[in-house]
Amino acid sequence: MPLPTYALGAMEASVYAPEVFARGLPSVLQPAHLSEGDAGAAGSTANAAAPLLSLHGIGLAFGGVVALADIDLSVRSGEIRAIIGPNGAGKSSLINVISGVYRPDRGQVRLAGVGYAQVPTQRLAHLGVARTFQNLALFKGLSVLDNVGSGLAYKVRSNFAGQVLGIGRSRGERYDFLSCTDQILEFLDLTAVRDRLAGTLPYGLQKRVELARALVAEPRLLLLDEPMAGMTPGEKSEMADFVRAARDRFSTTVVLIEHDVGVVMGLSDRIAVLDYGRKIADGTPDEVRNDQRVIDAYLGVASDNEALSRDEARAGI
Amino acid sequence: MAAIAADFSTAPVLPKWIAPVLLLAVAYGVVPLIGSSYLFEAILLPFLALGLAGVGLNILTGYAGQVSLGSAAFMAAGAFAAYNFNLRVEGLPLIGSIFLAGIVAAAIGIVFGLPSLRLKGFYLAVSTLAAQFFVQWALTKFSWFSNNSASGVIDAPKLSIGGLALDGAVGRYLFALTIVSILTFLAYRLVSSQTGRNFIAIRDNETAARIIGIPVLKTKLLAFAISSFIIGVAGVIWAFAYLRTVEPDGFDLDRSFQILFIIIIGGLASIRGAFFGAALIVVFPLGLSRLSGFLLGDVFDSGVLDMSQRIVLGALIILFLILEPDGLVALWDRIRRRLLFAWQST
Ligand SMILES: Nc1ncnc2c1ncn2[C@@H]1O[C@H](COP(=O)(O)OP(=O)(O)OP(=O)(O)O)[C@@H](O)[C@H]1O
Ligand SMILES: [Mg+2]
Repeated sequence: MPLPTYALGAMEASVYAPEVFARGLPSVLQPAHLSEGDAGAAGSTANAAAPLLSLHGIGLAFGGVVALADIDLSVRSGEIRAIIGPNGAGKSSLINVISGVYRPDRGQVRLAGVGYAQVPTQRLAHLGVARTFQNLALFKGLSVLDNVGSGLAYKVRSNFAGQVLGIGRSRGERYDFLSCTDQILEFLDLTAVRDRLAGTLPYGLQKRVELARALVAEPRLLLLDEPMAGMTPGEKSEMADFVRAARDRFSTTVVLIEHDVGVVMGLSDRIAVLDYGRKIADGTPDEVRNDQRVIDAYLGVASDNEALSRDEARAGI
Repeated sequence: MAAIAADFSTAPVLPKWIAPVLLLAVAYGVVPLIGSSYLFEAILLPFLALGLAGVGLNILTGYAGQVSLGSAAFMAAGAFAAYNFNLRVEGLPLIGSIFLAGIVAAAIGIVFGLPSLRLKGFYLAVSTLAAQFFVQWALTKFSWFSNNSASGVIDAPKLSIGGLALDGAVGRYLFALTIVSILTFLAYRLVSSQTGRNFIAIRDNETAARIIGIPVLKTKLLAFAISSFIIGVAGVIWAFAYLRTVEPDGFDLDRSFQILFIIIIGGLASIRGAFFGAALIVVFPLGLSRLSGFLLGDVFDSGVLDMSQRIVLGALIILFLILEPDGLVALWDRIRRRLLFAWQST
C-alpha cells in the first residue's frame, strides 16, 4: 500500500522553528532528536531505567461487570506500547484509570516514580500526560487552531483581566499559543483547515485534530484510545505514520489502543492483550502473534456461539 | 485529500472593526440630534440595559454553557448595591458606585454559582432559581436596602459624571451608551481570549477540558462572576437611567426569562446576538401594541390586548426557534452573505 509521502515530507523538517527554541519553549522537544549523536536514545537507553508508567494490581468493576482484574503493566520511556483486545475487554477503562478519569477499586498507578491510588486528572497535563478519546472529545464550537491551542491551557498563568486588556504575561502567551499551535498544525498537515470549526470537519480529520491537541502540550506520555477507529486504510496508515513520527520527534512515550491488528503489529514495540478485563499476553508483536491464548481470544475467528457465551459471561449470567 | 480543501469563498471581507465603529459614530453623533424623547425613554434605554444583560448572560450560558434563571436577581443586586453605595458612601463618584455594585453582583454570582460545580443543565437552572427568589425576598424583607422607604420604591440618584449632569433623556442615553459600549468591548475581548476559549471548552466537553489542564472549577466560577458583574451593571442602567426608580418588583422571574429569551433569539455565544435579541424583545411588543391598538383598539379592552400580544410574541418565538435555531445572528449573517454574493456577481 503506497504511503502518502507528503506527510513524511513534512516531518523531515524540524517541527519547531529555531525562533521558538530561542524562546526556550518546548522543553520536551529539545532532547534526543536535536543532537545527532544521541540518535535512538529514546528507544534503547530507556530500557535500563525505571518504567515511565507502571500499573500494579489494578482492579475495577462497574456494578457486577468486571472491567479490569488485577492488571499489571509497565511502559518504558520512548516505546510505543499497544493494548489490544476484543470489544469490552477493558482497554478504554485502562486508559481512563491511567488518566484519572476512573478511580480503580484496587491497585496503584505509578507515573514517573510517583504512585497514585487515583491519578489527579486536573494535574494530568502538568504531569506530562496527554490523551485522546475513543469517541471524539473536541470542542465543537472552537476553530481547529483554538482546539489545538487549548492543549497549552495548562501552561497559562495570565489572568482574565490581563488577557482582556492585552497586558502582562498574556502577550507572550498569545505569541506562544500561535507559534506552537501553528507548528503542530503544520506537522500534522492540518494548516489548510486551521480556521475551520472543529465540529464541521470530516471524522478522520477530527481524530487528527485531537492528536494535535494532545501533542501540542509536549507530553512525556501520550495515551491514544483508538486514534484510527473508523478510518479508511489509507487514513490509518497515515495516522500510524503520524504517531510514529510524533514519538520520534518528541521522544514521547505512546500507549496505543487499536483494533486493527495489522496496524498495531507494525507500529508497536510491545503489545499487551486484554480479555474480560484480564491481561492474557504481553510481549513483542512476534511473541503476541504466536501466543495461543491470544489467537483463541482475539485474533482467531470466534464463532457466533462463542461470542454469545462471552457476552453472557460478562453479564454475569 | 479532497476533504482538506477548505471553503475559500473569497468574499471581500471588511475589517471587523468597521461595523461597530460606524454604529458608534451614529449612536453618538446622529441619534442624540434627531431622536425623540420617546425613542430614548421607551426604546433605546431599555434596549441598552437589556442588551448588556444579554451580553452578561451570554458569557455564562452561551459561552460557558451554564444555564441560569437568576439574571434578574443579579440585576437587582446591582441596582440596589449601586443605590446604597451612592447613598451611604460619602464622596464616592457615581461611576465608583456602579463599579462596586458590579463587584457585589459578581460576589453573589459566585455564591449562587457554587452549585454549578456539581450540577449541570436543567438541575443547575433550577438551582439558580434560588438566587432569583432569595435576592428578591431579601430586598423586600429588609427595608434597609430601600433606605426604609415605606413603599419599597425609591428614586434613583440623578446621573452625573464629573459634575456633568446627564439627567435628561439624551444625557441618560449617552450615559448608558458609554457604559454599555465599554463593557461590551471588554466582553468581546474576553470571549476571544484564552479565558473565553476555556469557557467554550468547558461547555463543549468538560472532561476533555479538565484533562488538558483547564482549571474547570475556577473557570466556571469566573464565568459566574464576570457574567453577574455585567448583569449587575445592566441592572444599574435599568434602574438609574431607564426607570429612574429602584424597586425589587421589576426584577422578577419574568425578567430572568426575558433575558434568557434575548440570548436564545439573538443567538447563543454571540455578543452581537444579545443586542439583536434585545432589540426584538423591546421593539416588537411596542410595534405589536401599536398595531393592535390601531386595528382592534375599539373592540377589545386593554387587558385582552395585552394578553393577545403575549400570545403572539410567544408563538413568534417558537416559530422563530424552529426556523432559525441559531438565532437572529445566523439569520443576519446569511442575509448579509446573500447580499454580498449578489452584489459580487453583478
Ligand atoms: N462508565 C462505565 N459504566 C459502566 N460500565 C462501564 C463503564 N465503562 C466501561 N464499562 C464496562 O466495562 C467493560 C469494559 O469496557 P471498556 O470500554 O473499557 O472496553 P474496551 O476494551 O475499550 O472496548 P471497545 O473496544 O469496545 O472500546 C465493558 O463491559 C463496559 O460495558
Ligand atoms: Mg474502548
